[in-house]
Amino acid sequence: MPFSTLSDIQSRLNGGEITAVEVAQLYLDRIEAHNESLNAFVYMDRAHVIAQAEASDAYRAQHEPRLLEGLPIAVKDIFCTQDGPTRCCSSILEGFDAPYDAHVITRLKEAGAVLVGKTNMDEFAMGSSTETSAFGVCRNPWDVSRIPGGSSGGSASAVAAALTPAALGTDTGGSIRQPASLCGITGLKPTYGRVSRRGIIAFASSLDQAGPMTRSVRDAAMLTEAMVGHDAGDATSVADAPIVSWLAACDKTDMKGLKIGKPKEYFVDGMDAGVRAEVEAALKQCEALGAEIVDISLPHTEYAVAAYYVIAPSEASANLSRYDGVRFGHRCDAPDDLLDMYTRSRDEGFGTEVKRRILTGAYALSSGYYDAYYLKAQKVRTLIQQDFMQAFEQVDIIATPTSPVTAFQVGEKTDDPLTMYLSDIFTLAVNLAGLPGLSQPCGMTAGLPVGLQWIAPAWREDLLLNAASAYESATAWSDLAPEAFAVKGDKV
Amino acid sequence: MSWEVVIGLEVHTQINTATKAFCGCSTAFGSEPNSQTCPVCLGMPGQLPVLNGLAVDKSILTGLAINADINLESKFDRKNYFYPDLPKGYQITQFTVPLVENGYLDIPTKSGEEKRIGITRIHMEEDAGKSMHEGLDGVSHIDLNRSGVPLMEIVSEPDMRSADEAIAYLKQLHQLILFLDVSGANMEMGQFRCDANVSVHRPGTPFGTRAELKNLNSFRFIKQAIEYEVNRQIELIEDGGEVVQETRLYDSVLGESRSMRSKEEAHDYRYFPEPDLPPLRVYQQQVDTIRAGMPELPGQLRRRFETEYGLSPYDADVLTQTRALAGWYEALVAAHASDPKRCANWLANELLGRLKELGKDIEASPVSAHRLAGLLDRIADSTISGKIAKDVLDAMLECSDDADAIIEAKGLKQVSDSGAIDAIIESVMAANPDQLAGYRAGKDKLMGFFVGQVMKASRGQANPGMVNARLGVLLKG
Amino acid sequence: MDIDVKKVAMLARIRLTDSEADELGPQLGSILGYIEKLSEVNTDGVMPTAHPHDAAMPLRANIVTNSNRREALQAVAPNVLSGLYVVPKVIE
Ligand SMILES: [Mg+2]
Ligand SMILES: [Zn+2]
Repeated sequence: MPFSTLSDIQSRLNGGEITAVEVAQLYLDRIEAHNESLNAFVYMDRAHVIAQAEASDAYRAQHEPRLLEGLPIAVKDIFCTQDGPTRCCSSILEGFDAPYDAHVITRLKEAGAVLVGKTNMDEFAMGSSTETSAFGVCRNPWDVSRIPGGSSGGSASAVAAALTPAALGTDTGGSIRQPASLCGITGLKPTYGRVSRRGIIAFASSLDQAGPMTRSVRDAAMLTEAMVGHDAGDATSVADAPIVSWLAACDKTDMKGLKIGKPKEYFVDGMDAGVRAEVEAALKQCEALGAEIVDISLPHTEYAVAAYYVIAPSEASANLSRYDGVRFGHRCDAPDDLLDMYTRSRDEGFGTEVKRRILTGAYALSSGYYDAYYLKAQKVRTLIQQDFMQAFEQVDIIATPTSPVTAFQVGEKTDDPLTMYLSDIFTLAVNLAGLPGLSQPCGMTAGLPVGLQWIAPAWREDLLLNAASAYESATAWSDLAPEAFAVKGDKV
Repeated sequence: MSWEVVIGLEVHTQINTATKAFCGCSTAFGSEPNSQTCPVCLGMPGQLPVLNGLAVDKSILTGLAINADINLESKFDRKNYFYPDLPKGYQITQFTVPLVENGYLDIPTKSGEEKRIGITRIHMEEDAGKSMHEGLDGVSHIDLNRSGVPLMEIVSEPDMRSADEAIAYLKQLHQLILFLDVSGANMEMGQFRCDANVSVHRPGTPFGTRAELKNLNSFRFIKQAIEYEVNRQIELIEDGGEVVQETRLYDSVLGESRSMRSKEEAHDYRYFPEPDLPPLRVYQQQVDTIRAGMPELPGQLRRRFETEYGLSPYDADVLTQTRALAGWYEALVAAHASDPKRCANWLANELLGRLKELGKDIEASPVSAHRLAGLLDRIADSTISGKIAKDVLDAMLECSDDADAIIEAKGLKQVSDSGAIDAIIESVMAANPDQLAGYRAGKDKLMGFFVGQVMKASRGQANPGMVNARLGVLLKG
Repeated sequence: MDIDVKKVAMLARIRLTDSEADELGPQLGSILGYIEKLSEVNTDGVMPTAHPHDAAMPLRANIVTNSNRREALQAVAPNVLSGLYVVPKVIE
């Protein structure tokens, strides 16, 4: 049971084999047993979770079950929730209990989900390893000396260790897909504008998008279906977004006629040989399923990291100005004057990586540098977008490794921010272009999971789901579970 | 050698929408502090702006009224700075591509000719909250009810050459904005605020360095502040000094300004496109619809009142000060069509004067246009004299009766019966034998005395024309 | 690259100790040095992208939807008095 998918649990709930309360108890027990070694959850209130599960069982007794009836879902600490604290894993939000739910949280509640708690993350989603959290480092269940990836590392770790069957993450430059890859689970970043950003603490507004982290492609589709939809409270939520038959898109078992682009810029020297081999093998498998692999080029790929590390920190530098100690969050003790209140509160409240990004952004936007950095990066963004558009004239979908490397050791890259930034090299172009992307497990190397990334044209999540579900049905990588957390005494 | 003064003005005017620019909070004035705030206008984590459509329409209307171009695609930007009354740490404004560009306003000048003042742009932005310092020891208090209220920033070209021209422009703009009903434009409530960029130079030489005067909130202070600044700059230069580009705050109590520069405030606003708001697109059809619904503007109305109703330029000007007043006047004319000039006199000179004493606007007049017309009808048909009518108007302001009822109840009907008038004249003649003898001896000036006595004896109700005529006959004996 | 970190930190209202500045300066320098890479790209005639999709801004109806929630909203504030946020004196 613990390593079951949402779909499995759902059919057992629907069949009356188990109750939502029993499901909740099972996962709560696992959180209590294993969280200490993983630090995947930063907040969980057992009584409140049980109460939600009871309410779901009561609802089921009276009505047709809703989309996520009784299913436990964990959410990254970046989603504002009226219940419990919301910290974005930052000290600056100390004392912040959001007086509102994120739009996505409202959607999940309306779908009957049982929200099990808040998961660990890099502070303000700024990181690729979940080491910058104010609540401490999160660990990878495949090897607890390693990082789970980031910034949605807590969600990835929790799903991979089956402390929850599914979780929500957010993805600004790869923060769903990269940890999904490093933890051996499935993660979907929808098209920008598909999911409302309202109530999700902003990192970089033109890049942020929330999505599911699950144990199967179908689960990702199910959870996305519950999350998406126009929100009049988010001006970037697209009102007439093309509709996808989310679950039906997961019925594919072959790839006949599918043209898969293989960009040469994503298979380069310097990437982990094991990763490369596993992804190449996966593409062979796709061919066997009927796909045609087409070599393509996305020529501006090598500038994506530079463009991203101008745009994201610039937007972040403004988005994080509201943490000023006036209306909420941390204020330093006994400020001498107004300036002291600002500078000391923010110094005490923000961690080093957040400061680094704020300063990078403030610098890139400052007078005399705007054109060379920000404006230039926006133009390169246009070129990156055009690369994808041209590629999609040739192919239906693009496949790449999600990350050039597998999970690295805790502390391995913390002293070298630039090297850390390069770990998102294969994911962040997708955010710059606003496209949907999905990572699914496609192999193991040296005992660590490898992820395969699918990239589709805007609004074509159905293509991602088609390809990923066909691949998943032909392979068993999604079913692997980290042994240390595998079931022994756990009840079914 | 003389100096030439160059003035450009930036006006921030609050758009009179029911809700704020980016959230559904009320904009009502004078509520409990922070009672009209929400997570959006408090800049709370994860909260996002959604623009108020009416604020856009009103900005477009204003743009059309100043003959400007409406940009069918405009953009919002973030202007970054820290201030406790600015919740997000940035203001959402239109920096690169404003909604409105390239307009103008014609203003009257001393010479009697009109002068065209260019308007560079009108952009939409949000207001900040209010900080209060007075009487507080070492702290300030922040009220964010005003945070996020929609503003239009109206930026002129540096086309004004004197404080008087600046005031003429501002008054013209103020009146226009009220006419369009795009802003309450109440200066005391901060709904119409002005920053002035002032420089001086020798004619024929490039413009001088300008100083910016901030937050001037009455026409009188604006004039004083500009004049003070002009003198300060001229004296400075004539003493061998140099004007520095800076922001200055005018103290209306001291009558002087001081520099607002502080050491860490080397402003660098780090503008960049607001990622939470896609471009603002308006459609030509929408612009055309707004243009079609544009009310008559003050200039057009003034000219029409002169030609259609034969009003003097002065009366036409008075009666077109606000749309409400002009509308009231036209309602009065509709109800008393026989004499538009009488309508103008009674409205401009009598009713407005009385309302002013009561501290009321025309909108709050206790006497409706219809009731006033009823009074004017009685003057027209000689039921009462104009003098009596003034008393009737006083009475009408204190009750809800019609003129007729008041005239009836108080017995004010004009006496036009020659027998009755003759009887009064006889009694006056009998009571004043000396004056009668004097008149008959040739002192013609005593005619006035007799008119006065007869009117007094009739309590003002005798028809003055008839009194004159009958006296002329009867006094001769 | 040589960056005046303290100046940027002041713009961003973050206090930096000397030792933090000494550490962050070179790091920012290497990040910005890497970003310089962008100058290799020919962007003549390329329009900047601020938003990933070419969408227009939706507008909101001018209807009051919020009521007074001051108490709940100020429950998370560090310092309030009689409904007002309290800060160290603002000097103009
Ligand atoms: Mg402005
Ligand atoms: Zn609000």
